[in-house]
Amino acid sequence: MIHVENLTKFYDDFCAVDQINLDVAKGEIIGLLGPNGAGKTTTLRMLTGYFNPSEGDIRVKDISVHKNPLAVKSLIGYLPESAPLYKGMLVYDYLDHVAKIRGLRSTAKEKRLGELADMCGLRGIMHQTIDTLSKGLKQRVGLAHAMMSDPEILVLDEPTSGLDPNQIVDIREIIRKIGKEKTVILSTHILSEAEATCNRIVIINKGKIIADGSTEDIKSRNSRADQIQIELLQAEFEPVSQQLESVKGVRRVEQIPSDDASRLKVQVSTEDGCDPRIDLYAAVKSSDWVLIDFHRESKTLETIFRELTREN
Amino acid sequence: MRQALLIFDKEFRDYFISPIAYIVIAIFLFVTGWLFFSTFFVFGQADLRRFFDLLPFIFALVVPAITMRLFSEELNVGSYEILLTMPVTSRDIIIGKFLAGVAFVAAILVPTLAYPIFVSFLGELDWGVMVGSYFGSLLMGAAYVAIGLFASSLTRNQIIALIVGMVICALLAIIDKMLFFFPQSILAVVSYLSSAIHFENIAKGIVDTRDILYFCSVVFLGLYATHLVMQGKK
Repeated sequence: MIHVENLTKFYDDFCAVDQINLDVAKGEIIGLLGPNGAGKTTTLRMLTGYFNPSEGDIRVKDISVHKNPLAVKSLIGYLPESAPLYKGMLVYDYLDHVAKIRGLRSTAKEKRLGELADMCGLRGIMHQTIDTLSKGLKQRVGLAHAMMSDPEILVLDEPTSGLDPNQIVDIREIIRKIGKEKTVILSTHILSEAEATCNRIVIINKGKIIADGSTEDIKSRNSRADQIQIELLQAEFEPVSQQLESVKGVRRVEQIPSDDASRLKVQVSTEDGCDPRIDLYAAVKSSDWVLIDFHRESKTLETIFRELTREN
Repeated sequence: MRQALLIFDKEFRDYFISPIAYIVIAIFLFVTGWLFFSTFFVFGQADLRRFFDLLPFIFALVVPAITMRLFSEELNVGSYEILLTMPVTSRDIIIGKFLAGVAFVAAILVPTLAYPIFVSFLGELDWGVMVGSYFGSLLMGAAYVAIGLFASSLTRNQIIALIVGMVICALLAIIDKMLFFFPQSILAVVSYLSSAIHFENIAKGIVDTRDILYFCSVVFLGLYATHLVMQGKK
């Protein structure tokens, strides 16, 4: 569906996007993740034809964005960050204007406006001016704008930024509904959002792709070592660490400082791919220690994200 | 072209949504009316020469106020991104906005038709000259709109766009009064740049292709420069 090859963008000397390669299949919902300034918005802007790439090419359904921007633009619906719509216009007038530019005529146009009003919940605000709308409503008008021509590809830049939790749920619901039939690319820096809505995640840092795959893929690939936390009463660190380190599959045992002196909290790092929990429990059981907590901490997307974007 | 007309339609309507349009029209009519009629009865002639003499300079102040928002506002709000990612070319956008500006200049000229009608009651008015004058006004307005559009594409700040536009337009309007500053050898070139001289010729009722060509060239250069600026922003 979308084929991105060696995409590069320079702002003067600053390289915002550095040789990105990406293939997007039909029907995928892709989340573009990355810290601020990682190059997410620049990538989306090149994809939608707003910016010209410094190098590389983007092909949408085998049409080059560079050579035939009009054809590509009519395949893509785009909602830029914080929905910069014409402030002074009525919602209806605005959507009507967009529909005309998208080439919809009289009856088809009226029908589509009706559908979108229902889908995005705009019935009650059609005759308000856009600058009187709340952020969430504005975002919904922006979504209606992006979906006007029923495009095969929907590109959304930070669709939920600045919204309250209820609005976020609303917008996510709409995106998931659209994602059943369309290809959706959205950028976000909210990780739980990407996890909740996307079936593929691409993490960008400093203009480069540093991880690409489903949430599970990324988690399993990056959680090389799991951590197991154990909390004991009536125990000293020395014997505990000796005992536990002798268990097969354990790499290291560290003490976690705790406020309560009577409790001993330790963190056990395991070897790659090992799960020594059964043996650990046996080791604890064979002693006089009292076990009050025992749990495995697998890495969340958040910690993976932090590690990936920091070490690069 | 269809897309350009859609953009024209939206931009032209926008003028009448905001109060700025009405303020500009009111100021324009007030200033021209006052400057014209304060001396009209002194000369005792049934023509509109005083009005059209002042027009190049008044337009230089008013037209950039009409065009200042055309690109600056879009760049400031970010709506340009939405506009350009719809299936329109930057040429459609520039032509649509240019035509909207010209149509608005025509709209502020319409109420001034009251002057020739009023004057025609007082004496014999040469309607041929009148047609030429209004045609020339529109041409000059179009040239200034193109310059104002260019100024607006340079910045996201409307005030800067206004001032840059005014300076360029005013320079073209008064350069024929500053000819003594220039060396003899380039006088012909400098006076050719003057919008006031070309406008005067057309306003006399003499339609010379050189004068029309001058305004068309300014329009073309203004729009082309705008295109280059917008292209540079990609």
